[in-house]
Order: sequence, then structure tokens, then C-alpha cells
Amino acid sequence: MAKIELNNVTKSYGAVDVIKGIDLTIEKGEFMVFVGPSGCGKSTLLRLISGLEEITTGDMMFDGQRVNNVVPSERGIAMVFQSYALYPHMKVYDNMAFGMKLAKSDKGEIDRRVRNAAKMLQIDHLLDRLPRQLSGGQRQRVAIGRAIVRDPRVFLFDEPLSNLDAALRVQTRLEIAKLHHDMNDVTMIYVTHDQVEAMTLADRIAVLRDGKLMQVGTPAELYDNPNSIFVAGFIGSPKMNFITGEKAQAEGATTLGIRAEHIDLDEGGPWQGEVVHAEDLGSDHYLFVDIGTDEPVIVRRSGKLNVPLGTRVGLRPRPQDLHRFGPDEKPIRR
Amino acid sequence: MPDINPNTAPALATPAEPHKGSPSLQRQRQRAAFWFLAPMLIALFCVAAWPLMRTIYFSLTDATLSNLYDAKFIGFQNYLQVRELSSGRTIYRGTLVDPDWWNAVWNTVRFSVVSVAFETVFGLIVALVLNAEFKGRGFVRAAILIPWAIPTIVSAKMWGWMLNDQFGILNDILLNLGLISQRIAWTASTETAMKAVLIVDIWKTTPFMALLILAGLQMVPRDMYEAAKIDGIHPVKVFFKVTLPLIRPALMVAVIFRMLDALRIFDLVYVLTPNSSATKTMSVISRENMIDFDKFAYGAAQSTLLFGIIAVFVAAYIWIGKVDLSGEKSR
Ligand SMILES: Nc1ncnc2c1ncn2[C@@H]1O[C@H](COP(=O)(O)OP(=O)(O)OP(=O)(O)O)[C@@H](O)[C@H]1O
Ligand SMILES: [Mg+2]
Repeated sequence: MAKIELNNVTKSYGAVDVIKGIDLTIEKGEFMVFVGPSGCGKSTLLRLISGLEEITTGDMMFDGQRVNNVVPSERGIAMVFQSYALYPHMKVYDNMAFGMKLAKSDKGEIDRRVRNAAKMLQIDHLLDRLPRQLSGGQRQRVAIGRAIVRDPRVFLFDEPLSNLDAALRVQTRLEIAKLHHDMNDVTMIYVTHDQVEAMTLADRIAVLRDGKLMQVGTPAELYDNPNSIFVAGFIGSPKMNFITGEKAQAEGATTLGIRAEHIDLDEGGPWQGEVVHAEDLGSDHYLFVDIGTDEPVIVRRSGKLNVPLGTRVGLRPRPQDLHRFGPDEKPIRR
Repeated sequence: MPDINPNTAPALATPAEPHKGSPSLQRQRQRAAFWFLAPMLIALFCVAAWPLMRTIYFSLTDATLSNLYDAKFIGFQNYLQVRELSSGRTIYRGTLVDPDWWNAVWNTVRFSVVSVAFETVFGLIVALVLNAEFKGRGFVRAAILIPWAIPTIVSAKMWGWMLNDQFGILNDILLNLGLISQRIAWTASTETAMKAVLIVDIWKTTPFMALLILAGLQMVPRDMYEAAKIDGIHPVKVFFKVTLPLIRPALMVAVIFRMLDALRIFDLVYVLTPNSSATKTMSVISRENMIDFDKFAYGAAQSTLLFGIIAVFVAAYIWIGKVDLSGEKSR
């Protein structure tokens, strides 16, 4: 429900600059995901938006209002912590109702909201339990439920799925996507270092590196048109192949980038090499081909693995999917 | 404690005998644990259980200091003795009808409850301050422990001078501030002797209490406070609704420790207010009987009662607070 604007926001802890000037606009009802390597400042940026940390310089606006000095509880936000941060001595119901209760809200209204949220997340049968009597996934849903009860303008998630196992991650990811769909006017900001989560959940992704914004765009934009080698390498799995040296110069670039699914096997292809390793994922498989570069080139093919190790193969990158980067690590536009 | 340790319960229920010959893992672990515990158990037996048993034994004899080993067994006469006089009057004797003893019990309990209450509140405040982040926190943390690190005898003497009615600094300050009109003999006067003891004990032990509570405070995860901040909960309410319940186990343990300590207080009273009936505690009176009055067995009976009273106090406290000393439930 809120449009959030960051104007040249910085954050320093003493002499350490953690956030180094970020300009970003998050639209009303948008699902924005922050990704980036560990320590790049994702959590810090989220905490700046929440108000748990104070901005050092710059401005933050919620719906056009400057909120630099507004306390968290008055920003209309709700936050889901990585560690869930449930009150261990309170039942699930009280955990969810705590904030409203102390705000002296109407009892019936509290009850209605808690039960609604619980039903939405299918935890209505757990309301009488203590957090320690719940599984990790259930705790996570209680934490989300507590956030829903606050009826926030902005939802903030800090790596909410990182303590869950793979299957539960997928399921909870779906639930968060559904939540966003159901509450489609609520702005959501989601921190993760898992780029699959980023790709599947985001309306737009903001890639951070070392306290700076590298690129902001829809998942498809970042995937198809990364504006730097860093973003190209960070988005997508398996990682984009990077080729330097002669083979890159042949295409007029310092570094060539090509995704694994954009390379075909072709005996007459420009790159010749030997299959040194292979991974069979069932539905498709990866070939690791040594073509004389530092790292083997990964080729993704559908179907079962049918190429024995040691085979000599030729590779042909699809020209329209080649990413050519100059010496400044930026793409060369043609 | 009401709940049985879940780790040992199944082992007791099913006799572990999966493979004959090699003992089960559980058995091996228990055996290893026993050997690790053995030195401790032996030491505890020598320094705690044996003296206790001797004390209880002496309390049932007519031992005196000069005649410890040929003492005669006289049953419970040191505790209570009923005698019919030829005139038909019944007289009761023994510790249990000794007004001096009951005065000491009252003094001790009053001292313990008041001192522990103040120390808990002050300790909590100090711990909350020390838990906040500020410059020089490490230094303040170390500095605040100084009163506790000074030997009791030394601090009792020190305070004895400060509280002195002729040249004590405390009287001087209070006089100059106009709070009192004449010098008070803090340690000598019956009205103020207990206050003097309380002041010194609270001064001395609050740091220790603060440290125990601080350990509990540091176990409270930081994001708990952040969640409360986002919920917009007033800090005072956060303290009572979140912090206090979460540190309750640590607080309980600290209070038990201090209560045990306070109930057997001796050195401070002995040095600061010798021979004042207003402050004489159970430990003091029992030592007095044993050594000064040469009624060794009588003093032993009082020591035994002291042990009993402490045991009852702690049992009641644990039961009321349902203290989870094993720490299992807070996981
Ligand atoms: N209170 C603090 N004082 C000093 N430096 C801090 C503080 N909090 C964070 N930092 C530093 O700021 C940087 C960014 O931290 P942040 O927690 O935002 O990283 P992150 O992107 O969330 O990483 P991760 O993916 O590991 O969670 C790190 O280098 C960290 O050491
Ligand atoms: Mg983080």
C-alpha cells in the first residue's frame, strides 16, 4: 500500500560504510527482492527501511512522506525475521495478538484478525501451542501470521526460508507468492541470497554488491540483459559461462558470457573440447567441456545423459544469446 | 523435581541388554559419567555430608568442647526436654523453647528476605544498565564487581569505621546535609544495627546479583526486542512482558543462591555488630553456644535446625516457582 523511495541513502557504523548511496523506488504493491552475496548489506538496507537502524545520510519516503525519524511501529511495517523471533513464553495466539493487545485494540477485532491470519496460513489448529512445540515450518508461518495481523502497508522479510529444508522451502515459497497475490496492494520487500527464490517471487529484483546497487529490474530483464559481469554471473543457475582471451577477442569482447542452455553441440562449432565431467539431473543434464579456458564450459541439454566422458565435442554458442563485455565489465551494445 | 529426565527414563524402563558381553552404549556412558563424577562426589562427601552427619550426631548427645568424644547419647533433649517437677509443674527446656534462638531465627529471616529483595531489585537495575551498549562498558562491568571482591571481614571493618558514631563519615555527611540532628551509633544502637548490616550486605552483594542476572539477560535474543519495537510496545511493557519472563529462570537461580547465602550469614554480623541481640543470626548464636558458652551439643542442635530451615526454604521456593534447574524446559 506504500510507495517507498530511497534517495541517496547511506549507512555507516563508525568508520565502516555499509550502504554507500542507494537510490531506489519501490512501487505500491510491488514484490521487491534484494539479492547479493553475503555481507553486501541486504539486511542492513532492510533494517533501514524498517526503522530498526537509523539512516546516516539521505532520505527515505513512504508515500511521499519523509520517514527518516519515524519509529518502526509508526511506519506501518511488519517484519519476518530469519530466526522468526517468536516470544518463546507465549502461545501462538498470544504471539500473534501481542502487539494489538498492548495497543488496547478491541478484543473481538483482535480475535477476528488472529483467526483470519491463522486460517490463511493453515495454522488455526496450532493456536494453543508454544513456539517450542512447533516445527520450523510452522514457526515460520506463525511469524508470517504475526506480520499479517499487524495489517501492514509494507511487509519485510529477511531470508525467511533459510532455516527450512529444501521441500519446505519450495512449499513456503509458494505460500508467500500466494500471500502476495491475496494481499496485492501490500508492498513486500524480501531479502534472500537464493536466486531461485528471487527469480520466482520477485516483480523486480535489486542486485546489491558491497553496499551499492548494481542493477534493478524484472527477473527476465536481469536474466536476459545483465548490465555487468557481476549481475550476469549472479543471476541464473548454473552460473553463466565466462570466456576470456582469444575466443572472446574473436567476438570483439574482453569477456564473453553465454548461458549453459544457449550452447548447442555441433561438430563444426567454433569451440572444440573434451567432456570432462557430467551431471544428470533426470529431466536434463549438464556437460562440462574443457575447451582450453580456465574453467570448463557448462552445456545444458534436455533429456537423459547420452554423451560418455572423454568424448570430443564441438560447441556452437547461439549468437543472439552471446553477452559481450568490455574491459570495464559492462556490456558492449551493438 | 517433578519431571523425570527423558534421557534416563527409557534406560530404566527397558533393561538394556541387546548384545550379551559388550555393555550397551547407554551403560558405557553412564559408567563413564560415574567415573567423572566420582572425585566430586568423594570431595562433597568429605566436606559436606560427613560434617553434616557429625553435626546431627552431636546434636543428639551431651558433648561439650572439652568432652567431644566421650559424649553420651541423650536423644532430642537439646531440642526439647520436658520435665515434671515434684511440685507438679512442667518445665520445657531446649532450643525449641529458647527465646534467644527464636530471636535469632527472626533476625535471620528478616535479614534474608529484606536483603535478597533489595539485592534482586538493585541487581536487576544494574544488570539492565550493563546490558545496554555504551562506551567503557567493559570497565564499568569490572569496576562494579569490586565491592563483591573485597573480603567480607575487610568491608565489614571498613563500613564499621564509616558508620562510627564519633568519627564516621556517614554521620558527618548526614549532619552536614541536615538530615539528622545528632550523631547516630549505627552499629551499636538496637534500632539501627540491623539497618547497618543490611546496608553493608546490599552494597556488597548487589554486584554479584547483577552479574548473575546479566548472564540471563544476555541469553535473550536481540531480535526479540526488535520484534517488540516493530510491534510498537512500550519499553516498560517489553520489560515486564518479554524480558522478565525470559530471564525468570536465571533470576530464580540467583535468588536461591543468595537466599542460601543470606540464611547462613555470619561474618558480616560477627564483625560489624558483635553481641547485638538485634542482629544476632542463627549462625552467630549457634557458634556462640558451641564455642563461647561451651554448650557444643546445644549449638550443634541449632546448626541442625539451621540446615533444616534452609532446606525447607529452598524446597518451598523451588516448588512455588517451579524452577527448572535442569534447564530442559527453556530449550
Ligand atoms: N552493527 C554493525 N556494526 C558494524 N558493522 C556491521 C554491523 N551490522 C552489519 N555490519 C556490516 O555490514 C555489512 C553488511 O551486513 P549485512 O548484515 O547487511 O549483510 P547481508 O547482505 O545481510 O549478508 P548475509 O547474506 O550474510 O545476511 C557486513 O560487512 C557487516 O559486517
Ligand atoms: Mg543478512
